[in-house]
Amino acid sequence: MNRTMNKATNNTTSNTVSSKTGVRQLSRWLLGGEWRAHPLRALVAIAAIALGVALGFAIDLINGAAFNEFSAAVKSLSGQSDLQVRGVQSTFDENLYARLRGTPGVALASPVVEIDAVVPGEKNALKVLGIDVFQAAQIAPDLIGVAADDRRFDTLADDAIFLSPAAMTWMKVKAGDTLTLRAGTQPVTLRVAGGLVRSRPGQRLGVMDIGALQWRFERLGKLSWVDLKLVRGIDRARFRKDLPALLGAPVVVTELADQEARTDNMSRAYRVNLNVLALVALFTGAFLVFSTQALSVIRRRPQLALLRVVGLTRRQLLLQILLEGGLLGVAGALLGLAGGYAMAAAALHFFGGDLGGGYFPGVQPSAQFDPVSALIFFLLGSGIAVLGSLAPAWEAANAPLAPALKAGSEDAALSRLGRPWPGLACLVIGALMTQAPPVLGLPLFGYFAVALILVGGIALMPRLAALVFSALARHWPPRLGGALPTLALGRLANAPNQASIALGGVLSSFSLMVAMAIMVASFRVSVDDWLEHILSADLYVRSAMSGDTGALKPAEQRAIAAAAGVAQADFLRVSQLVLDVGRPAVALIAREVDLADPARALPMTDAVLPAATLDALLKANRALPTWASEAMVDLYGYAPGKVITLPVGTQMQRFVIAGIWRDYARQSGALQMRLADYQALTGDHDINDAALRLQPGASSAQVTAALRALPFGALLTFAEPGEIRAISLKIFDRSFAVTYLLEAVAIIIGLFGVAATFSAQTLARAREFGMLRHIGVTRRQILGLLAAEGGMLAAIGIAAGFAIGFCISLILVFIVNPQSFHWTMRLHVPWMGLITVALVLLVSAALTALVSGRVAVSGSALRAVREDW
Amino acid sequence: MLELRKLNKGYANGRRVLTELDYTLGAGEFVAIMGDSGVGKSTLLNLIAGLDVADSGAILIDGVDIAGLDDEAATHLRRSHFGFIFQAFHVLPHLTLLQNIALPLLLNARSVDRAAEMLEAVGLAGRGNDFPRQLSGGELQRVAIARALVHRPALVLADEPTGNLDPETAHEVLLLLRAELKATGASALMVTHSQAAAAMADRILILTRDGLHPAGG
Repeated sequence: MNRTMNKATNNTTSNTVSSKTGVRQLSRWLLGGEWRAHPLRALVAIAAIALGVALGFAIDLINGAAFNEFSAAVKSLSGQSDLQVRGVQSTFDENLYARLRGTPGVALASPVVEIDAVVPGEKNALKVLGIDVFQAAQIAPDLIGVAADDRRFDTLADDAIFLSPAAMTWMKVKAGDTLTLRAGTQPVTLRVAGGLVRSRPGQRLGVMDIGALQWRFERLGKLSWVDLKLVRGIDRARFRKDLPALLGAPVVVTELADQEARTDNMSRAYRVNLNVLALVALFTGAFLVFSTQALSVIRRRPQLALLRVVGLTRRQLLLQILLEGGLLGVAGALLGLAGGYAMAAAALHFFGGDLGGGYFPGVQPSAQFDPVSALIFFLLGSGIAVLGSLAPAWEAANAPLAPALKAGSEDAALSRLGRPWPGLACLVIGALMTQAPPVLGLPLFGYFAVALILVGGIALMPRLAALVFSALARHWPPRLGGALPTLALGRLANAPNQASIALGGVLSSFSLMVAMAIMVASFRVSVDDWLEHILSADLYVRSAMSGDTGALKPAEQRAIAAAAGVAQADFLRVSQLVLDVGRPAVALIAREVDLADPARALPMTDAVLPAATLDALLKANRALPTWASEAMVDLYGYAPGKVITLPVGTQMQRFVIAGIWRDYARQSGALQMRLADYQALTGDHDINDAALRLQPGASSAQVTAALRALPFGALLTFAEPGEIRAISLKIFDRSFAVTYLLEAVAIIIGLFGVAATFSAQTLARAREFGMLRHIGVTRRQILGLLAAEGGMLAAIGIAAGFAIGFCISLILVFIVNPQSFHWTMRLHVPWMGLITVALVLLVSAALTALVSGRVAVSGSALRAVREDW
Repeated sequence: MLELRKLNKGYANGRRVLTELDYTLGAGEFVAIMGDSGVGKSTLLNLIAGLDVADSGAILIDGVDIAGLDDEAATHLRRSHFGFIFQAFHVLPHLTLLQNIALPLLLNARSVDRAAEMLEAVGLAGRGNDFPRQLSGGELQRVAIARALVHRPALVLADEPTGNLDPETAHEVLLLLRAELKATGASALMVTHSQAAAAMADRILILTRDGLHPAGG
């Protein structure tokens, strides 16, 4: 007796290889059989994964290409320098250059003046570098101008400018042409002397002799930075640390890595948020794979039990079902990678690298296949499909065999789904995670909280569906609507687990859409309110649309203030401060601010120092007041009452933070100070903008005409608050356009999920429908039953989706946004939009359920009753 | 070959189906088990196959108590020693007839050539590439018989194998089953409500609350 048993064991052991071959062949048969039988369902799952991977991969490639190109363009300006010395403001005294050259350890110093020159009539400025060609040739040879053979000394000429190919194309000029730029309100005419040794594709750049640039653009005695080459063997880190003390001046010493970090810091939150949003589509796709696999496993429950009975082990069955899901994921991921690359290449070709955030201006990146990113998205796509198959596979492998062989045990298979604890645990952990701080400037715990609340909410759906539909079934008046409502409610109340599966995709996509819609609406309304607050004047006048060479002199300011119809002119000066080498510069805005009531000029938050306290602090510290934007609180730890020292002007000056204001324009931070204080400290009396209040009876048109009549009037740009507001909101909407696209894709994938689930369920219920047909229910009534079930499921899904979406929107508004972009906003729910989408979704879900059910009820009723599979 | 010792089984709702059941099935024997509904006939088959667990007692297959086997070992035992025939056929719908019959051969790492022989033996020669949906109920049960015997199991467990068939087809199928059992030398336990079906077995036993008794005894 034992002999036979041992023989069986030995057979298994000695034939390990052939046993594996046999199981592999069986696996192939089972896979082929399933996919041949339900190709559409497999294709839908593949398409959902492919779409999610494609979107994520494309956005990653586009952002990566734009970031790399922008970063390379920034780095190309510094060439091979070891260190770069900058002032804390945009320029510093050129005397420092002479001291740097004489500093022990410096082998070579190359001074650079950088300006964003105003191009008359253009919205964008031209970046122009002034270089010492003899020094720059040894550090940044790419920047040297290529002069004509007969004009070798053009690189030193005071009227010559060398342009990159992109700049020439943009301004439609060629070597030998003349070009007009602006310094203040004066035109500067230059001769295009040739091209550059090398520049990045799309990089718009001009290069001049440094002395010529300083003279022609009124930057005499000023430098932007000095590139340093150090002597060999010097301890670079120590030299970098000691240099500011050696020079005795507030300078910032940076390396190339710092520049990259600055570019990275500037755009990281935006890029990561966009990537996370793209992953929503993949997340929804995972639910689709889950529902496809779960229903397929339920439908095949007796078949899978039979396989176990005839000898397939638990592990083999588990692997078989995971393989089914995994292969769908692999196919979807591979297709998604190809599609994502194509999308990225097309988007970069037609729209450039800017997906709406405006972080990477003036670069022309091309799509580069990134193997690491491709591997990550491949693993995400295939992994998420395996994950979606895990629960169904586990259930199938562990199902008790005798009951599973019988039909009718389908909903019992999903009974674990009805347990509330996993869902509640997810919600509690998610809620706790909202209290965690950002990681590396990113709201990672905020994202996890969103995912957990979504998963938790979805996990509670079966229980919720059972409660709601049971109550409805109990209280539904029997005479209302005939037998159909009774049948539909009976099904939904007593088999809530299967029904809830259909909801996974719709629930996740709708709740995320609700969350995004509330977040975007809150943001938009807050921005609109903010614009209304900051645009309180009647007319705005700018010296130039862009660039930093278009300032207005005091005489011109007086002329504007004295123009007919102008009651009051408030002037504004914007400059920059570098407070941290690893972060983008902070905007320093000087304007009229009322110490007693700063909210008249600035959109203050509640964090404002009382006037008496401020006054006491200013006197005690011999300090000046400054008002910090919300980003300064997160990035630099500023708070009302804090005393700080800032390098404004030639000396370090103490300031007291008088209050915190809301700034939706600069996420890197901004400081406001009084114009008079700024002018006293810096001696800079130029201004960029003027906000005009008009005399009673004077119109904007009249004042604009009067200002245009001034000698420099043709160079001014005018805008009324309404125009600025409209343009700002248009830019806002454009920057969120890509998010609307991603949301729409997630919704479509969710509806795919409804279609796949309902077609699978109706196929599995073929016998039930056959029986109903036998007892006299018409095909039309069965379709009505399906539509009613689909509609009721969608209704509860939409209600739950709204609740989950609202919770997620709170996280987006109050956690993710402040941690990503350092600004706060107030909550606003766009009811009309949400109700419209909910109704469209409700009808779509009912129609989808109905259409997918048509196929199932098209066979003969007799056959349906006889079917045993 | 099969020995049941003081087997007890009840359900969570308190209903007892098997009490102190003793029985020994000899090699090559074909035994029909009859009895009232709910007396535990199918439960008995499930216990022998290792699909369900007895409350107490022992089930010895070739002297080895299956209660001591873990799921993996019990699966391997079913795979190599048992063949199954069900009332509901349980033929995989998306595999061809040959593939369905070859399942136990693949799982036992044997050549699948014998699947074609079995298909011929059950009178379905030439239809190996057909799918189950193209077959009648009687033909489906023939496929199930072929699958149950193709790997030459020591014991075939048949649960109402003719429950879904008309009397004429049922008779044909049982003749075939008996012939194949005798050809392969397998033992068989067949649970049935049908006197006609039971008559095809070597012995008929009646399962009651007191145990198994010979029919008419």
